[in-house]
Amino acid sequence: MITRCFNALGAGLLSFFQYLGELVLLAGETFRSIFTHKLRWKLFLNQIVEIGLLSQVLVIITGGFTGAVFSAQAFFQFNKLGMGSAVGAVVSVSLCRELAPVLTALMVAGRVGAAMSAEIGTMKVTEQIDALRALAVYPIDYLVVPRTLAMMLSMPLLVAECIGFGILAGYLVAVYLLDVNGPYYVENMVHWTRPRDIIMGLSKAFVFALLIVFISCHKGLTAREGAVGVGRATTEAVVNSSLAVLIVNFFLTMGLNIIFPAGHW
Amino acid sequence: MIEAAPSPQLSAKSQVVTDNSSPMIAVRSLAKKIGHQEILRGVDLEVKTGETLVIIGRSGGGKSVLLKHIVGLMEPDSGEIWIQGQNIIGMDERQLGEIRKKVGILFQSGALFDSMTVEDNIAFPLREAGERNPKVLHEKVAEMLEVMEMEGQEDKMPESLSGGMKKRVGLARSIIRRPSCVLYDEPTSGLDPVVADSINRLIHRLQQRFGMTSVVVTHDMKSAFDVADQIAYLHEGRIYFHGTPSRLQRSTDPLIQDFLLGRSEHGMAAC
Repeated sequence: MITRCFNALGAGLLSFFQYLGELVLLAGETFRSIFTHKLRWKLFLNQIVEIGLLSQVLVIITGGFTGAVFSAQAFFQFNKLGMGSAVGAVVSVSLCRELAPVLTALMVAGRVGAAMSAEIGTMKVTEQIDALRALAVYPIDYLVVPRTLAMMLSMPLLVAECIGFGILAGYLVAVYLLDVNGPYYVENMVHWTRPRDIIMGLSKAFVFALLIVFISCHKGLTAREGAVGVGRATTEAVVNSSLAVLIVNFFLTMGLNIIFPAGHW
Repeated sequence: MIEAAPSPQLSAKSQVVTDNSSPMIAVRSLAKKIGHQEILRGVDLEVKTGETLVIIGRSGGGKSVLLKHIVGLMEPDSGEIWIQGQNIIGMDERQLGEIRKKVGILFQSGALFDSMTVEDNIAFPLREAGERNPKVLHEKVAEMLEVMEMEGQEDKMPESLSGGMKKRVGLARSIIRRPSCVLYDEPTSGLDPVVADSINRLIHRLQQRFGMTSVVVTHDMKSAFDVADQIAYLHEGRIYFHGTPSRLQRSTDPLIQDFLLGRSEHGMAAC
């Protein structure tokens, strides 16, 4: 019984490390291809549209309503202490350092990550990836590189947009619905929000972009067993990407806080 | 293996490399296990330049697996595959790219890129090779569609094509860069006899017009006898017979007779 438990635990650990290894190899192959092979610009621009442009509504709604609700909740608590105008600083710093990168990443993992793994997975099970290889086209160059570059460029911009709309919505709720003094709100926000908060958020966005794109592409490239396999790959891509974002976010926060400590210039 | 003695060229690696009359494709002792099942158990085979070899065998017998090994889409557990004197085993994907420019493959489903039109599918290998002139691309696609007897179908999407049309578009895409050899994976499966016959004639025409070496995997015996110069019978992971179609027909071996006549007695007993 104990042996069986250890065997199961060992097998699980081994497959986990094998999975991590495959992700690292995929990332390595992709970066090698980025630096050594010609970029297919048309595919890259298509992915910019798919990832960046078509995620606009999602990111605006996510940022706007998160900023709005966070502003309201912060006001309800802070107002008891007579610090209603401090809401702007709290909303802004929280959005920059945590909320915008994490929530945008989760939304992008759901929308873009699922689409990536489903599209690549369908190509895998219908032999289209074999056809690419048979036509002397390396699938990493053709499928993964354009998506990776598009994600690396789009995610920081989407997070910046999410921050912007979150702050705007927070301001509108605080000033026009909850009667917070507008100039004080802005003054506090500008005073307490530092460039390092924005850099931290954008750095996280960059890392999350890589996590989502490699996890999703890997799931697509390793999809099996027809429609069921593609469905499973898509689900696992979204679940794994979301979990990776949440887990890595903690370590990033701790690490980046050493480089960019909160509340300091 | 019965009937045909193994070629002396298969016995020595150096002969294949140095001999001017080296075969287009030579497969030696190829073995592949998938899961617990031994699919290939030491396949020896060679295909001469310009000839059409048909590989027959029962469904699930490893014919398509063998074909995928020849173009480097699968890695064997052991054995060698030589394409025009180059052993492709151990090559990475980028090195294999050069080999794959010489060897085209028609997949069983056609494997067309479903996000592209017929024209974009056929022009894909040329675009990837750096051809950007739309006029040149259009002309070459039109020429291929004419060879395939599919004129005027450039703008259709793959989902609006019939099974036979998909295979012909897939074939056009495989041969537009004029490879030396084309591999056909079940080119007539799922097609009605008339369309199947048109595919057989197409394989013939391509061999005559472009001098391409062909390897056709099928269990359609009519198709096999229509197109083959040589026939290899893959049975239980090994080449059981390799010879001309007439020798196959004259064979008195019960396994071969069962396969030719579609009887299940010996075949099922062998499973």
